[in-house]
Amino acid sequence: MNHNEVHPMDRLIRADRMPHIWCPGCGLGTNFTCFLEALNQSGLDPDKNVIVSGIGCTGRVPGYTNIDSYHTTHGRAIPFATGLKLANPELTVTVFSGDGDLFAIGGNHFIHAARRNIDLKIICVNNFNYGMTGGQFGCTTPLGAKTTTSPYGNYEHPFNLVQMAAASGAVYVARWTSLHVRRLTNSIKETFAKKGFTFIEIISPCPVSFGRRNKLGEGLDEMKYYQENSVIKHGIDPNEADLNLNGKIIVGKFIDIDKPTFLDNQPKLQTPD
Amino acid sequence: MKTNKIFISGDEAVAQGVRLSRPHVIAAYPITPQTITVERLSEMVEAGEMDGEYMHVESEHSAISATMGASAVGARTFTASSSQGLLYMAEGLHYCSGGRWPVVMMNANRSVALPWSIYGDHRDSLSLLDCGWIQVYVEDAQEALDMIIQAYKIAEHKDVLTPMMVNLDGFILTHTYELVDIPEQKMVDEFLPAFETPNKMSFEEPKNLGFSSKPDDNTEFKYQQNEAMFNAIDVIRDVDQEFAEKFGRKYHDMVEEYRCEDAEVVLVALGSVCGTIRVVVDKMRAEGKKVGLLKIRYMRPFPEAEVKDLARRVNAIGVIDKDISFGYEGTVYTNVNSAISKIDKYVYKSNFVGGLGGRDITKADIEEMFNKLFSGVENKSEEKVEFFSLNVETND
Ligand SMILES: Cc1ncc(C[n+]2csc(CCOP(=O)(O)OP(=O)(O)O)c2C)c(N)n1
Ligand code: SF4
Ligand SMILES: [Mg+2]
Repeated sequence: MNHNEVHPMDRLIRADRMPHIWCPGCGLGTNFTCFLEALNQSGLDPDKNVIVSGIGCTGRVPGYTNIDSYHTTHGRAIPFATGLKLANPELTVTVFSGDGDLFAIGGNHFIHAARRNIDLKIICVNNFNYGMTGGQFGCTTPLGAKTTTSPYGNYEHPFNLVQMAAASGAVYVARWTSLHVRRLTNSIKETFAKKGFTFIEIISPCPVSFGRRNKLGEGLDEMKYYQENSVIKHGIDPNEADLNLNGKIIVGKFIDIDKPTFLDNQPKLQTPD
Repeated sequence: MKTNKIFISGDEAVAQGVRLSRPHVIAAYPITPQTITVERLSEMVEAGEMDGEYMHVESEHSAISATMGASAVGARTFTASSSQGLLYMAEGLHYCSGGRWPVVMMNANRSVALPWSIYGDHRDSLSLLDCGWIQVYVEDAQEALDMIIQAYKIAEHKDVLTPMMVNLDGFILTHTYELVDIPEQKMVDEFLPAFETPNKMSFEEPKNLGFSSKPDDNTEFKYQQNEAMFNAIDVIRDVDQEFAEKFGRKYHDMVEEYRCEDAEVVLVALGSVCGTIRVVVDKMRAEGKKVGLLKIRYMRPFPEAEVKDLARRVNAIGVIDKDISFGYEGTVYTNVNSAISKIDKYVYKSNFVGGLGGRDITKADIEEMFNKLFSGVENKSEEKVEFFSLNVETND
């Protein structure tokens, strides 16, 4: 091994924080790389980019990113990011967090930021459970899935996140899996260029907490599953894109519209002469 | 007495205590290091080993709200949390004690962010000392199990009707394994009858619960809440006695004195560190040094009488705080000191702050504290608040 070799994303990674905490076969490393690659390709000034998370395995992403980054309390990434954006509208603010963080404990903030069309780039890694705390079920866990708190199968209906984002007012809504590296990267790039509240859901393997209990195999087996079962359907009604444990995964870009953001609509402050 | 010992962690011991207490509704959100408790409970409910409903709610705020709702119709309820999750419940904790709903919860003591830390100290629960909950701190897994059962009997007592928080040290107690005696269900049923309260909604007696007060009556509500908390002192004693008669384990009510009979110098502490202090006490006793331990079990209601009684008999008291009230001193110390100030005698005091964010408190640390107390008395040193085993430069 050549020890002088540097990672192609080196300037965007905090190498001093490595090794990372993620399990073997986890999709997070790939998702993280897609974000870095998108940032790299976008040509945006990293100094004007900020990444914010809540708590969780996904929440570790900002800690490894060599741009301004924040690890906020569980569920509060969006309000924290809202503050950042409003105080310094020049910044491109990405929220990179887990399904539980953004939609269970923090769900309220998601719908309100989308409604207001705050200019935030939301990337949600959906691994169908609370990975960090050891695999309990949450608001995205498919019916029948086994987790540490649903040992005989989950009996709560899950959210369809893309439908929720669209219904709440997001101007851009897409879903990819960790396998769709190029499409996901392009999608993230597109949201960087787009004004308003954007949402990308990444379906991602969590072999250690979720996969194991649902006999989904190793991380690689889940990737194969994505390959065989993903169906790209751009522009369909997100209503029709719900997910279940062993079914097809509808991916694609579902919404891409324009409307004024919160700041666009805000009456200009009157400065006294 | 027949025992049925199994090798389980503190979190599992809590789950066993909850199962035996037969709550109707459990609502919780997972957080390290409490998770194993809620995982076991959800298994027990799904496997039909327990009759109650288990709700895996979407946050701690929902957890405490759901348990209050269930309690308002007269159900027995349980929730569990830790650290950030406990703090996120804070609004509900006050609401619950004000509503006089005897919810029982387990708190896995863990540090509070920032900096982020999953490891143990007492800053979470001690910062909520004023939320109107009875707070007990346990020293091992057996005590955790037993205190869950006792907690229902104390909290639901008609003269108390106050929620109760059973605190156990994160990881040190929640994740270590011990042989724990699991009482028989029949005996627990005899000890802990079904929850009965006049303070509930029913078809027969519809009630408006949770409404506003005016300046003319708010103080009276708070006065009664305070009285109920004081009433708990007698109830705690009776329940512990009855528990001892039934199950053969006694926890010495509000505090436990360890080798304090003729002690000159005593350390006061909460929770698992008491186990380490006992070992140091034995060692120093063997060397002829008259040291002792006061294990505070209840922080609310506070064992004022017991602290005063001890202070009258000793020369020096050191208080270990795994917390700090910034800009002043440790919270346990403030409480202990307030009790001591009410006696007519000078006692040398010192506050040792440390063990924060999971740092071990070693036998050497404790021995040094005892020695500092001896020299403090001898040299008539100034009393102070000291951070121990500190790795940064200080002004001293
Ligand atoms: C207020 C609060 N409650 C609970 C927790 C414990 N906790 C940490 S991460 C997490 C869930 C993470 O799930 P998700 O957002 O889906 O992220 P993942 O780990 O799956 O990437 C929980 C419950 C916490 N940190 N704070
Ligand atoms: S628990 Fe799951 S999401 Fe978390 S690092 Fe492991 S595989 Fe990834
Ligand atoms: Mg998740």
